[in-house]
Amino acid sequence: MAVQAYRSMKKYETFSYLPQMTPDQVRRQIAHAIAQGWNPAVEHTEKGTPAKASYWYMWKLPLFGEQSVDTVMAEIEACHREFPDQMVRFVAYDNYAQSQGMAFVVYR
Amino acid sequence: MAVKTYQAGVTEYRQSYWQPDYAPLDTDILACFKITPQPGVDREEAAAAVAAESSCGTWTTVWTDLLTDLDYYKGRAYRLEDVPGDDTCFYAFIAYPIDLFEEGSVVNVFTSLVGNVFGFKAVRALRLEDLRFPIAYVKTCGGPPHGIQVERDKLNKYGRPLLGCTIKPKLGLSAKNYGRACYEALRGGLDFTKDDENINSQPFMRWRDRFDFVMEAVQKAEQETGERKGHYLNVTAPTPEEMYKRAEYAKEIRAPIIMHDYLAGGLCANAGLANWCRNNGMLLHIHRAMHAVIDRNPHHGIHFRVLTKILRLSGGDHLHTGTVVGKLEGDRASTLGWIDLLRESYVPEDRSRGIFFDQDWGSMPGGFAVASGGIHVWHMPALVTIFGDDSVLQFGGGTLGHPWGNAAGAHANRVALEACVQARGEGRHLEKEGKDILTAAAAHSPELKIAMETWKEIKFEFETMDKLAIANK
Repeated sequence: MAVQAYRSMKKYETFSYLPQMTPDQVRRQIAHAIAQGWNPAVEHTEKGTPAKASYWYMWKLPLFGEQSVDTVMAEIEACHREFPDQMVRFVAYDNYAQSQGMAFVVYR
Repeated sequence: MAVKTYQAGVTEYRQSYWQPDYAPLDTDILACFKITPQPGVDREEAAAAVAAESSCGTWTTVWTDLLTDLDYYKGRAYRLEDVPGDDTCFYAFIAYPIDLFEEGSVVNVFTSLVGNVFGFKAVRALRLEDLRFPIAYVKTCGGPPHGIQVERDKLNKYGRPLLGCTIKPKLGLSAKNYGRACYEALRGGLDFTKDDENINSQPFMRWRDRFDFVMEAVQKAEQETGERKGHYLNVTAPTPEEMYKRAEYAKEIRAPIIMHDYLAGGLCANAGLANWCRNNGMLLHIHRAMHAVIDRNPHHGIHFRVLTKILRLSGGDHLHTGTVVGKLEGDRASTLGWIDLLRESYVPEDRSRGIFFDQDWGSMPGGFAVASGGIHVWHMPALVTIFGDDSVLQFGGGTLGHPWGNAAGAHANRVALEACVQARGEGRHLEKEGKDILTAAAAHSPELKIAMETWKEIKFEFETMDKLAIANK
């Protein structure tokens, strides 16, 4: 059997081992997060920031109670327009567990 | 108070320890035993005997009984139930006053409740099925050093189960070769690698050499991937002094997590190590070697749900819980029951999961459920469904056995995991659509494709020895 060499790559935690999501795939994950009762938020940082850095820049405050996937997508897009050279991630705050229910990088 | 006089001799246990009208107090520790009595011993007497022998009683009346208030200190059998489908035994519920136990000591709970009574002649076999710890007692125990939420924040892992791998062969690798195996698995996409439980500090690989090479592997993989990673450095040792020495060194070289075997190492050592971990910002992974000796026989021993509660009180951030689908024993409903007991803050009585009591954990953190043993990529959809996010899925052979090596094996597992988590978020049914989900993911991951071909759809389908008794045969 042919053996394929494996090269290490920079990764960005959850979903970074899958191909970059299409807008429709991103929307479905956001809808899932909202359905769990989590609070959406958008964050961004310079490229090259390791995923293990705890704090990225907040794009506005978390969108507490936001139920519209369109609104969240619009904020992600607005952040990307403002910082086209930076990474943008979606975060869903779970205030019951006092943690993040979900977080993934939308623009790598 | 009624005046008592001393009457030497032997009385029936039921006179003092069988009290069917007793209403348990909120502060009582409650136990459910499965009792198989000797022929000719009736249920009430057998239950009362167990209550007596596990609390204040002995076989005969002694004059010093009258120097204390035994009605306050005694355990009481207060309810009997049939075991569905098995008339050789029955359930006995016993209440113990909280003052029978030293605060914060699951060791003391066990020296009483599973002490001499298990060798007692009046019972042919005895099994501790469940325990209810009152919140007053829970509050005296340290519990997990950090818990699920803090570990997620420390490691920056959200919205998915974590991935691990036990390094094989279990024994015999040199420290440098062992570190290589860790490095490959971690750079391929795993969050953790793990010492096997029987890796301690043998002649072929002394602990300090292993710690040094493994931490070099962890740090290099972190640099290359940009993600946080760790290796469970096993500090299980012959003596507590040696255990702490190894833990201190792990901290010195900036390891994020260490590991202990809580049954073989002992509950006294475990609680001490958990306290050390809390004080030193170290995560604690708990392995359960020896558990099947204690919990596998359906008529004798201690059920694993009790061992789970004991560990949560004693302290650990991870606990091996079985996989349901892999090579080791584990009934699905029963496993879901003890997973809840490990992770949730309140677990209600649910006989369909083998849970006999409501259990309130208050603010005590929960721990990650670790699924390890004989699992591979084809199991991923079932594992994500059964275990949910607050789990560590550990693929040993399922990572290292990949035809292209550990890094490719790790990558295959990570892609499979993320594909399942993504599909779950899209509302798809993982167990029904698992094959489609994995096949689609393999289209952009040659590592996953070859893993799926290597293991095809191997399952380990043997009957579970210890089934839940919930229906008549």
